Amino acid sequence: MTITVNLTVNGQKVTRQVEARTLLVQLLREHLDLTGTHVGCDTSQCGACVVQVDGVSAKACTLLAAQCEGANVLTIEGLAKDGKLHPMQEAFREHHGLQCGFCTPGMVMSALDIVRRHPSPDEATIRKELEGNLCRCTGYHNIVKAVAAGAKAMRG
Amino acid sequence: MAEPAPAPPHESAWLHVAGAAPYIDDLPERADCLHAAIAQASVAHGRLTKIDIAPALALPGVVAVMLAKDVPGINDCAPIVAGDPILAVDEIVYAGQAVAAVAATSLDAARRAASRIKIAIEPMPAIVTVDRALAVGSFLTPSQTMTKGDAADGLARAPRRLEGTLRLGGQDHFYLEGQVAMALPREGGDMLVLSSTQHPTEIQHLVAKALGRGFKDVVCEVRRMGGGFGGKETQAAQTACIAALLAWKTGRAVKLRLDRDVDMTLTGKRHDFRIDWQIGFDDAGRISAWSVDLAARGGCSVDLTDPVVDRAMFHADNAYYLEHARIAGHRCRTHTVSNTAFRGFGGPQGMCAIEYAIDEVARALGKDALDVRLANLYGHGSRDVTPYHQRIKDNILPELMRALETSSDYRNRRRAIAAWNAAHPWLKKGLALTPAKFGISFTNTFLNQAGALVHVYTDGTVQVSHGGTEMGQGLNTKIAQVVASAFALDFDRVKVTATVTDKVPNTSATAASAGTDLNGKAAADAADKIKRRLIAFGAEHFKVPPDRIRFTAQGIEVGTRRLTFAELVGQAYMARVQLWDSGFYATPEIHFDRERQRGNPFYYFAYGAACSEALIDVLTGESRILRADLLHDVGNSINPAIDLGQIEGGYIQGLGWLTAEELWWDPAGRLRTHAPSTYKIPTARDLPEDFRVAFWPEANHADTIHRSKAVGEPPLMLAISAWLAIKDAVAATAEHRLSPQLDAPATPERVLLAIEDLKRRAKLPAEARS
Repeated sequence: MTITVNLTVNGQKVTRQVEARTLLVQLLREHLDLTGTHVGCDTSQCGACVVQVDGVSAKACTLLAAQCEGANVLTIEGLAKDGKLHPMQEAFREHHGLQCGFCTPGMVMSALDIVRRHPSPDEATIRKELEGNLCRCTGYHNIVKAVAAGAKAMRG
Repeated sequence: MAEPAPAPPHESAWLHVAGAAPYIDDLPERADCLHAAIAQASVAHGRLTKIDIAPALALPGVVAVMLAKDVPGINDCAPIVAGDPILAVDEIVYAGQAVAAVAATSLDAARRAASRIKIAIEPMPAIVTVDRALAVGSFLTPSQTMTKGDAADGLARAPRRLEGTLRLGGQDHFYLEGQVAMALPREGGDMLVLSSTQHPTEIQHLVAKALGRGFKDVVCEVRRMGGGFGGKETQAAQTACIAALLAWKTGRAVKLRLDRDVDMTLTGKRHDFRIDWQIGFDDAGRISAWSVDLAARGGCSVDLTDPVVDRAMFHADNAYYLEHARIAGHRCRTHTVSNTAFRGFGGPQGMCAIEYAIDEVARALGKDALDVRLANLYGHGSRDVTPYHQRIKDNILPELMRALETSSDYRNRRRAIAAWNAAHPWLKKGLALTPAKFGISFTNTFLNQAGALVHVYTDGTVQVSHGGTEMGQGLNTKIAQVVASAFALDFDRVKVTATVTDKVPNTSATAASAGTDLNGKAAADAADKIKRRLIAFGAEHFKVPPDRIRFTAQGIEVGTRRLTFAELVGQAYMARVQLWDSGFYATPEIHFDRERQRGNPFYYFAYGAACSEALIDVLTGESRILRADLLHDVGNSINPAIDLGQIEGGYIQGLGWLTAEELWWDPAGRLRTHAPSTYKIPTARDLPEDFRVAFWPEANHADTIHRSKAVGEPPLMLAISAWLAIKDAVAATAEHRLSPQLDAPATPERVLLAIEDLKRRAKLPAEARS
């Protein structure tokens, strides 16, 4: 069965005909060519596919595209403006909060959600809140530092 | 040589944080691109009697099904010794083995079709465990034994002896990007394969053989991997070969991306080991004899099991002088997935053996394990010959461990923990400080070679290609720094390209921590040739002596004048000077006679030590690391941020292996922990609460690139301190009167069992307790 979904992605209104079973992550990657949202485990555990739906973080492999009808979706590609990185992106780059980079988009998107709920997160909060995002390279130490620095930069 | 510029961030960092660094699954697909999926066997051992592909072919969108009989060339993707069929022929040797592959117009159609292929297997008895393999004599290759002195005599004469059996679990790589390849047919049947691999040359070779073509007809390209850790050294080949075979069969582009369950059941992992050890020592804790049998579960084929077990043997001394040593390595053949390279490559298992034994020695003597370690370290100029008869010339561990003992406040914390434990019946703390000495070089000497290609363009920007691959470890960043520093250029003037087999041929895998050592030297060699030509040109053109030409951060000084690099190369080009060149490097001074188990297999050693403090819950067996102090030797760091990341990440990955990640096969030989739902790698919550990492400030004694040291694997072994800290905490539940048996991974279940075992033993008569 094919359905029509209408949503806003990174500020652009989009309409696509998709199979009803299409996941949000498939819509983003395969229909909209937004491949910065990654598929790491296919089962909603690794967090590489985290995006924001109406301002709240969500794992894009666990949502149907149809559930996002009318929603406002923000992906990693929507963060940088005019070639200038978002402060959280800049913090990950500056603090070496990445190695292979595969988990990075999901980490950055989760970090923004942490800051939304905890504008000045301490290290313990960041560690606890990042539990849904797996990284196999860094040991998380620099990711935690990057989130703290990004949160600080966002406060201005 | 100019000083290296301040360390830049990872060369792809901007792209990574912007979601703009493509992995293979992110690349645009050709209009004709098909998607592939694999049908797997569900039993561990049996005879393949029938494969019915009709139900798959009947599904809409299915274009082709590939079986072993359809392979035009050699149906084998083994790296060294044949025995890894790309698709099963007539015998099934592990549950999860690939039997058929499907190409379809969508991934969904391919996966549905693969699930409908009917595979009939007549089951046969399966050997699943190392114990069973040892009992029935099932081996992949002959066992090897390394000897120094006379261990049997040394044990017999030793004032005290201990022995035991230790089991260490395996580990799934859990690279966040699973195995993936895209095969793109080219003119005349040639094939371009984009592969997430640590070894593009081997992919080129194996794809060519599978297709029945020459190596010249196949190109393999890898821009970046989403993690490797050894899991893409040989294990990328099957995915690449299947994609290429389906592309050959259909004449269309084919992409194969394994989903996580398929990846974990199809591909090899870190070897689990059974270790039987005997140690002889005196009342002061000085070791005189060490005899150990290291038995690895190799799985169903040889793959890299031989060099992995060799490396376990090379590291069963870890940091300690052994007057009499007998180190045997056994390579068990089992009906399980073929185990493979994983960061450390057997080294960690060898080290665990002796570190565990030393912990037991200390407990038997009532000494602090650190004192026993310090008493047995290799010396300077004496007590410096390894069991493989290499003399250690660069030992820094006595100084390094003393420095860590001080900086971690080990002695005071030891006392504080004892007092704390006395006051807390349900929580116990433990402390351990362990060293790591890791031999650098491929132990198969011929692999220690590398090539690079440097292009200087007429605008003064530079492109570098080399044989290594980028998997997140920062290799390309370091190579760009090396070339930038050779020409005294800013980092952003140098670009490292994707690794492609038509740029630099006959490369070795990016493995053995040797990526920067080998490829950095090769890139420097190429840059140096160009630089010499530029100096010769400048001397003649500007009529100055060659030694008056200097490459500086402010530009090229030619006598009294100053040019930009672009101006110099522009003029050199007009004078018909070659501005590009290749470079080559072969590690000197290394050799090894495997028959006699003697030689100098390592160019140098990388050292480190860690002090970990653990907390356990006596009622649940849960553990946490409260504090970890790491002091690690990277020589002159080319990029401190990258090296720190390797140390931190290595420790946490080792912590996962030794405390949390459990591969569990059922008695029928089926892996039951094949997804992150049941297989738990560390999360951000598993970080030590207090995590302190420092470099040992000393240049490499060996002539390596910028006198740096390899850093990929060694820090993983610093996590042995965490495992032994947990063992120390378990021992505290019995007031350190008994030594617990604690196999790895030290999961909550194993910690509880160890505590219960201590309780049981405490009730026994004294002579029956050990």
